Amino acid sequence: MADPGPRGRFGDHGGRYVPEPLVAACDEVAAAFQEAWADAGFRRSLANLLALHVGRPTPLTPAWRLSAELGIDLLLKREDLAHTGSHKINNVLGQALLASRMGRTRLIAETGAGMHGVATATAAALLGLEATVFMGEKDMERQAPNVFRMRVLGAEVVPVRSGSRTLKDATSQAMRHWVGVVDEAYYCVGSVIGPHPYPYMVRELQRVIGDEARGQCAAELPAGVPDFVVACVGGGSNAAGTFAGFVGTPARLVGVEAAGGAGAARGREGVLHGFRSSFLQDGDGQVTEAHSIAPGLDYPGVGPEHAHLRDLGRARYVTVEDGEVVEAAVRLARTEGIVPALESAHAVAWVIRAAASGELPPGASVLLTLSGRGDKDISTLMELL
Amino acid sequence: MEAGFRAAGRKLLMPYTTGGLTDDWVEYLRAFVAAGADAIEVGLPFSDPTLDGPTIQEASDAALARGTTARGILADVTGLDFGVPLVASTYYNLVAHDGPERFCAALRDAGFAGLIVPDLPLDEAGELIAAAEAAGIELALLASVVTPAPRLAQIAERSRGFVYAVSLMGTTGERREVDAASAALVERLKAVTDRPVLHGFGITTPEHAARASRAADGVIVGAALVRRVLDGAGPEEVGGYLATMRRAIDQGA
Repeated sequence: MADPGPRGRFGDHGGRYVPEPLVAACDEVAAAFQEAWADAGFRRSLANLLALHVGRPTPLTPAWRLSAELGIDLLLKREDLAHTGSHKINNVLGQALLASRMGRTRLIAETGAGMHGVATATAAALLGLEATVFMGEKDMERQAPNVFRMRVLGAEVVPVRSGSRTLKDATSQAMRHWVGVVDEAYYCVGSVIGPHPYPYMVRELQRVIGDEARGQCAAELPAGVPDFVVACVGGGSNAAGTFAGFVGTPARLVGVEAAGGAGAARGREGVLHGFRSSFLQDGDGQVTEAHSIAPGLDYPGVGPEHAHLRDLGRARYVTVEDGEVVEAAVRLARTEGIVPALESAHAVAWVIRAAASGELPPGASVLLTLSGRGDKDISTLMELL
Repeated sequence: MEAGFRAAGRKLLMPYTTGGLTDDWVEYLRAFVAAGADAIEVGLPFSDPTLDGPTIQEASDAALARGTTARGILADVTGLDFGVPLVASTYYNLVAHDGPERFCAALRDAGFAGLIVPDLPLDEAGELIAAAEAAGIELALLASVVTPAPRLAQIAERSRGFVYAVSLMGTTGERREVDAASAALVERLKAVTDRPVLHGFGITTPEHAARASRAADGVIVGAALVRRVLDGAGPEEVGGYLATMRRAIDQGA
């Protein structure tokens, strides 16, 4: 997975479709990241935070009982064990360090499930910054504990009441807010979406997942590399970070989307939130609302690099339904003692289905990134069980 | 459009409304002409208007909820002569959906003279610039108060019809004051181009319009009019308000 160049292009996708007032701010972020990423001191600071605050490296856990039931060799990359409960913190700490380096005093973020919001609030507290998090009103209702966590951490949570009242509108509102405060605030995008350099930068900050897993697989697996690498995809940051470690290997890459939010599997070419990619839209070009039981996957598009990997045939994007996701979450809980986030349970659901159908051949080794833990989804699960 | 602007002999006034906002939305265009508009900006509503504040967001949502489509808006004005140029404005997804060539040809066939796409900066605009030129549509580019000097000159050079001076760092919507930074932007633009420069964003009162059009060649007024439409004001009433802006501009400039 390459550097997309100064215009941020992954094949035809990506780019920087922002209003003129934001062009200078994007240029500034791109230049600052390029400089920081080449600076050993910056990398050391980030590595220290990831080790001491986040608890990296996260383990690679063999899923013994579920593997036996499915007749495959399933390994879980445990991002659910990262501090704050998901992979989001990897990206946020990098961007928060960058914001400090750029002299910004406040972080702006959008959030769906609230995990990116919690991670942003955490990083802001740790580095002495302020945080303003935009969250759809509907998501605030279904993810209330994360709203409280953000507020305990000192962040301001701004309800977004427009449109679908979920992640798409929270992102639009964060961009609108950013235009007015570019001098003091840094927009900390939570996924591999947005105008250049965000899709590239967020993938680079998340590649720690794939790089660690690659080394762990080399030690764990006789072949050194798994046959399949599977991750859930909303915007696609945990998948992008995971795939980055394996794109140069023979491993087959599979991104699992929510059936109601399948930007890569069912979208068509479009432009939203600053980038060209694949989006769900109607026959008139209006972007449609995504629907998923997992708020973090409730996004109508997919990061531009995923659209590119799809076009190249290097990664495959599949969908699962809400019902199988809930079953998969419960099955993982009862076989492995791990309650996954409903987002991550999408990847588990596909593995269960593909093992049953023979798509995953008996004995296949499968690396699955378990992007987050399910504490935030307990009330949703309780209602359904 | 640009030639007409240069020959107007007065400061320019370009009111905006969201296409398809009401059944009688075309009547508002006629009222704008009667009030002294020199051109009219017609918004083709998009589901995710990221550079618009609450008023135009609300209008976009309301228009879409009524079943408004870009195609329908174009059909509503096809064959009508307003006596002033129509300028479409929309987000790039709607352009990309049809493809720039088809989109621009459809605008031309409906009688539009110009186009504004706020989320398409110069760096990504090459394809649409070519398609617009081929179709005879004047694509106006946006300049902002933070645009550096060399880029400002490029924007002015590649813009057609006029240069849209985004007068403040923020979204569209009503404001209490005209942003102080806007005069400097207009001055910087006037120093590098003889193309008409229109001041947009935040123009709310006749005083604002008069003040902004002293330095600029004219103003674009959106949310202040759309707010009134949303609040139920008819074409005559909204046109009446625009006429007070016309008078203030003509007296104050």
